[in-house]
Amino acid sequence: MKPAPFRYERPATLEAVLALLDAHGAQAEILAGGQSLMPMLALRVARPDLVIDINRIAGLGDITAIPDGGVRIGARARHAEVMASPLVPALMRSALAHVAHPAIRNRGTLGGSLALADPAAEMPCCMVALGARIVTLSSRGETHHDAASFFHGLYSTARRPDEMILRIEIPPLGPQWRFAFLEEARRLGDYAIAGVALAMGAGEVRLAFCGVEPAPRCLPATEALILAGADPLPGLVELAPMDSDDAPEAYRRHLAGVLLKRALREVGHG
Amino acid sequence: MDNQTLSIACTINDRAIRATIPVRQSLVDFLREGVGLTGSHVGCAHGVCGACHVVVDGVVVRGCLILAVQADGAEISTIEHAATTSIGAALQAAFFERAALQCGFCTSGMILQAAELLAQNPEPSRDEIRAALSGNLCRCTGYHAIVDAVQMASARLSDIAP
Ligand SMILES: Cc1cc2nc3c(=O)[nH]c(=O)nc-3n(C[C@H](O)[C@H](O)[C@H](O)COP(=O)(O)OP(=O)(O)OC[C@H]3O[C@@H](n4cnc5c(N)ncnc54)[C@H](O)[C@@H]3O)c2cc1C
Ligand code: FES
Ligand code: FES
Repeated sequence: MKPAPFRYERPATLEAVLALLDAHGAQAEILAGGQSLMPMLALRVARPDLVIDINRIAGLGDITAIPDGGVRIGARARHAEVMASPLVPALMRSALAHVAHPAIRNRGTLGGSLALADPAAEMPCCMVALGARIVTLSSRGETHHDAASFFHGLYSTARRPDEMILRIEIPPLGPQWRFAFLEEARRLGDYAIAGVALAMGAGEVRLAFCGVEPAPRCLPATEALILAGADPLPGLVELAPMDSDDAPEAYRRHLAGVLLKRALREVGHG
Repeated sequence: MDNQTLSIACTINDRAIRATIPVRQSLVDFLREGVGLTGSHVGCAHGVCGACHVVVDGVVVRGCLILAVQADGAEISTIEHAATTSIGAALQAAFFERAALQCGFCTSGMILQAAELLAQNPEPSRDEIRAALSGNLCRCTGYHAIVDAVQMASARLSDIAP
């Protein structure tokens, strides 16, 4: 057995999860799909006292249409379920094809991916581009976060230790919206070196990158250039790309520009 | 805390199994060490290689990325059971005939993942086969023969399908 010892609980209700989070918060890890937590336990980079398995809570993975438009996705919806859902914007479905591999998508969840906030992960930047709302829950009640302000940096979010992600709400985006998700990765299913999520409506554009900066965010200068019909690349000076030996800052910046141009072409703009 | 254990009951390859196991044991370790089913392999134990694939409640999962206690109440099937399905049997025959294995370490994971693909998409293209098997690493055969074998099984199964 590779993980360090931990205590394991599998509550059947949200109330029981919240009570455990209240008592153990920072010493506890929620176990959703386990596709990131289990490797972290095996490598002992995570050594929680308590693992709270949320897989027994009924309805936590439901995907439902919001009556006045949009879609509500339960935090524990598996990547494969989101990918197969006709309710979900095409942007998410095409981005999920780049997320890991089939067996991992059969277990991994949307809530887990957003809670982890890997800088190279595809779902966080899609949430920003879609203008999604991330709803967390604690014994104090629900908190609604705009995706654009939820991701704070490397593996860091607005979620507090006593909160869990409960659901994600995607606003209605009518048929005039066009989407493109493109990424560059070493091999299919690897985390992105750089990726772009683009959503374009009538007189509105939203874009966000993954793998470029420590966290996805809105890029107002670049968006303004696109709306004005100008060359968007000068706008990318607002990016402060990450730097690593395998993907230096200049390379990530270059990829961001190339991917953005291709994405704009894909939605029929430029 | 060191040795928390839990009792589980599940069905493994149509056999009812009860066991009391440490909570931090992975499903693949339990299957190999607790149940004696050694067809699922452990290459990396942290999600990278796909050698540990097993089927839990109808979907293929990484056996090293799910705790055995999470399989309480589940229906599990492993490579040892693959020959009982037409897709599994066709894949096993095609892998043998097309020499799509050398050491065989990756083969059980490859076959279970390919079986899920053929159940969802009976006549996949080579690109679709490669995408489906992108999370299964083979260190000796090379992937061409493996893709060939999946295509061979797919062609044979479509011939016999009505
Ligand atoms: C080989 C491999 C390749 C991968 N490639 C990619 C890839 O290309 N792109 C990508 O995006 N991902 C990739 N992943 C990760 C995968 O998408 C994970 O499933 C995902 O990042 C985490 O989701 P999970 O449900 O498995 O979360 P878990 O592993 O269960 O949890 C991850 C973290 O989130 C916390 N958490 C989970 N759910 C909640 C919740 N509801 N509320 C609060 N906190 C919660 C946990 O406590 C933990 O800290 C890969 C994984 C592997 C093993
Ligand atoms: S042993 Fe599970 S993926 Fe390698
Ligand atoms: S046959 Fe040896 S690893 Fe694939």
